[in-house]
Amino acid sequence: MKKLITTFSLILITLFSSSWVNAAADLEVNTPAISAIKNSMQARHPQLNPHYNSGAVGLTTDGLIAVRDATAVPLKDRGGINSLVAAENGDRNALYKEIAAGNGHPEWAGEIRSTFATRWVDKAQSGWYYQSAGGWVKK
Amino acid sequence: MRKIGITNRLTSSTLTIAAFIVLIPACVTINIYFPAAAAEKAADKIIDDVWQLKPGQSKPDEVPPVKPADSPAK
Repeated sequence: MKKLITTFSLILITLFSSSWVNAAADLEVNTPAISAIKNSMQARHPQLNPHYNSGAVGLTTDGLIAVRDATAVPLKDRGGINSLVAAENGDRNALYKEIAAGNGHPEWAGEIRSTFATRWVDKAQSGWYYQSAGGWVKK
Repeated sequence: MRKIGITNRLTSSTLTIAAFIVLIPACVTINIYFPAAAAEKAADKIIDDVWQLKPGQSKPDEVPPVKPADSPAK
């Protein structure tokens, strides 16, 4: 009986402590894959920044970016804008997937994407465009 | 006496197995919930890095938001 109680308590302690740790823990965002994507996006940002400012590119509801008004892009940049946006979206999609996978829950990718979608808009500068249910909105 | 001992041992191992069967799925269920607050924190950290924002500081390289004091009254 004593052995039973000991076993049972051990199981309970293990389970409760592990669930507590999981509840308190942050999401891991420092894996090599995530850092690589982040660095790539950081390096691209100076190229995208003027397009956010001019309203040529806006933030979408699914945590990506899109060309909103190609005429706002200076002629010299117009040819490259689509590939720039595509490259950024490729990184963003990979980022959401990697954060989910890196934390052992690939099924979280969708929720991570929506969390990011909200936070990108919240942290965007005033004057930047973001998509809402009713269309493009200037922040 | 011997019979009771066997029964006790049987009950003991049955209970242990039952405990595992009940509690392990419960543990898995706890982990399935999406940690929304942690995700938001992670997103903020990454966005600050990508957009070179310093939390709690003014943005050195960016155009500051419209300052109400400086803009003429409409």
